[in-house]
Amino acid sequence: MVERLDEAWIARGVRRAPFGRFLLWAAPWAALLALGAYAIFLCLRGGLFHTNMDNRYVFGLWIFLDLAVIALGAGAFFTGFLLYVLKKTELKAVINSAVVIGLVCYSGAVLILAVDVGQPLRAWFTFYHPNVHSMLTEVTFCITCYLTVLLIEYVPIFLKNRRLKWKPSMLVFEYNLHKVMVVFALIGTLLSFFHQGSLGGLFGVLRGRPFAFREGFLIWPSTFFLFVLSAMAVGPSFVALTTWLAEKATRRRLVKDEVYQTLGRISGKLLLAYVFFKCLDTMLWINQTAPERGFPAHRFYEYGGAFGTWILFTEIALLGLIPALLLLKPEWRARRGLLITGAAMACLGVTLNRFVFTIQTLALPTMPFDRLLLYWPSWQEFAAFGFVVAYGMLVYSFSYRYLTLFPQERELAMTEARR
Amino acid sequence: MRKLGAETKTARYAMLIDLDRCNGCGACMVACAVENNVPPPQASATPRTGLNWLRVFRLKTGGRDAFIPVMCMQCEDETPCQSVCPQKAVEFDPVTGIVGQIPERCLGCRYCMAACPYQARVFNWRDPQWPAGMEKALNPRVSVRQRGTVEKCNFCHGRWQAALEKAAHDGEEGPVHYTPACAEACPAQAIRFGDLNDEEFAAACHEQGVFRLLDTLGTGPKVFYRTSRAEVREATRGFGEVRRG
Ligand code: SF4
Ligand code: SF4
Repeated sequence: MVERLDEAWIARGVRRAPFGRFLLWAAPWAALLALGAYAIFLCLRGGLFHTNMDNRYVFGLWIFLDLAVIALGAGAFFTGFLLYVLKKTELKAVINSAVVIGLVCYSGAVLILAVDVGQPLRAWFTFYHPNVHSMLTEVTFCITCYLTVLLIEYVPIFLKNRRLKWKPSMLVFEYNLHKVMVVFALIGTLLSFFHQGSLGGLFGVLRGRPFAFREGFLIWPSTFFLFVLSAMAVGPSFVALTTWLAEKATRRRLVKDEVYQTLGRISGKLLLAYVFFKCLDTMLWINQTAPERGFPAHRFYEYGGAFGTWILFTEIALLGLIPALLLLKPEWRARRGLLITGAAMACLGVTLNRFVFTIQTLALPTMPFDRLLLYWPSWQEFAAFGFVVAYGMLVYSFSYRYLTLFPQERELAMTEARR
Repeated sequence: MRKLGAETKTARYAMLIDLDRCNGCGACMVACAVENNVPPPQASATPRTGLNWLRVFRLKTGGRDAFIPVMCMQCEDETPCQSVCPQKAVEFDPVTGIVGQIPERCLGCRYCMAACPYQARVFNWRDPQWPAGMEKALNPRVSVRQRGTVEKCNFCHGRWQAALEKAAHDGEEGPVHYTPACAEACPAQAIRFGDLNDEEFAAACHEQGVFRLLDTLGTGPKVFYRTSRAEVREATRGFGEVRRG
């Protein structure tokens, strides 16, 4: 009986695991969610001394992963842009999934940010007396607006649920919302463009931190543009990766091969462009920006170990150029294993880039008589992040089970059944 | 002595610290904490999470060790911390040249801390606590800060305020004269506090052997250091050429 408890909510023509098995899958995530909630409670009640951050490591695991998650979540805006504006219709097969992933990534990031700041109840001050010169103001405004757009984009997916569809008013609402979705896709693209950039700008404008500081164009340092480009490059890769993971987890085909090919191709092209500009930027920084501020670039890498030149090489060549080539060459891309490897490497590369800008920037001393400091996050920091991961997994799992994340699933299931 | 800023009634307060005199006793750090209601470290605080507006670093020079007090430099040129704060909790006061921190407005995002190259800012990782009875000795001119906010040296703003009130009472015009707690407490008289609009003080800040920390970053620090020992100068040098302040 329990097995069929939620059958009326599941879309027709698709198969879902029995309800009991689904609960079994959700249980460990729920446990992680509970542990994370406890850690968050500790931090909010007692203060941030529960973390291992300190006066040097003012940003730690949370900000680093926030930046990474937001870059990966860019798949949502970029897929929307490709589908609604550039009319890449095959991406209709993944747009719903991309929106849910975007929503999860952004809402998770905002949630952790609220724990990370010392006085979360004062967050509204930024709206009330904003410093328009601060990149963080731009980030706050754009992320708030974009999260709203993502919620609006989630509504029609939600309303397509089999039970909700019975209500005519819901259908009309959903239909009308769908008609204006292109507008939201455009607004989303614009907002996302700006805050991805401002997140890069956050570090690029730090004049006192020559490791991160970059020259740029008007008020925007080069990291502004590099963050946008890298997020656009890995967004589709992350959508491909998560779709593949969903296929593995559910043991079903969810999208046609052409979807993977399109995502891989676009990601590869953009990644190559990103690697090119990143190289240019790095050369400029090594030869001009850093030395002009009194810091010959080789000094940044003198500490070796965790922060040696290997990081630069890994970020640009190993996790930038190689995945770009894997995704670009049609014969390689045609092999699912290589395509997914390329996508995963691209995602790792951008994550490493965010690590470099957050953690490495803070680890390096600026004063000549100061020293390199290292930091390892506390269990509360890991657990709070686990909260976001668990929350993401649960929202995605529920959405997959009850909503139509992959419209091609039914067709693919029918073809397979016919065989 | 003619006061250059007198007609505009503005000042550019600055410090000139003589490293040849500083012997690392730390009296300035204690005086600073007492003056500004900086709570004592709690049992589990570390040197990395404690609250200090002023830190004295030991310089390894090859010869005899030297000491260098580092506090907020009151950066003047596109003040790094002020420009990044999303909610205007950091303000550059054009009347005094002092970079003020408004804890009541601070969100605790710590972006300003990442922006400051001198690591002059500290965060209240926990609720401030004073040993029983000690809260009665707090300075009534300085508000205590809450957990989750950032604080830093402000050249003893409370003392400036008091001097301003006294000057108003006495009917004096022009920038007020006062001395921050660290300069007053230093037994070696290594810290000299003054106004860069004052010609004599400004000249002392431009003498041979005077330099500023991380001058090449272009932050316009207003804390100057002096030493006659070349090796001390070398140990404080940024990685590149240091321009004269
Ligand atoms: S020293 Fe640091 S805190 Fe002080 S004004 Fe400069 S950047 Fe701001
Ligand atoms: S920590 Fe406070 S003062 Fe610093 S940038 Fe954030 S809001 Fe501004």
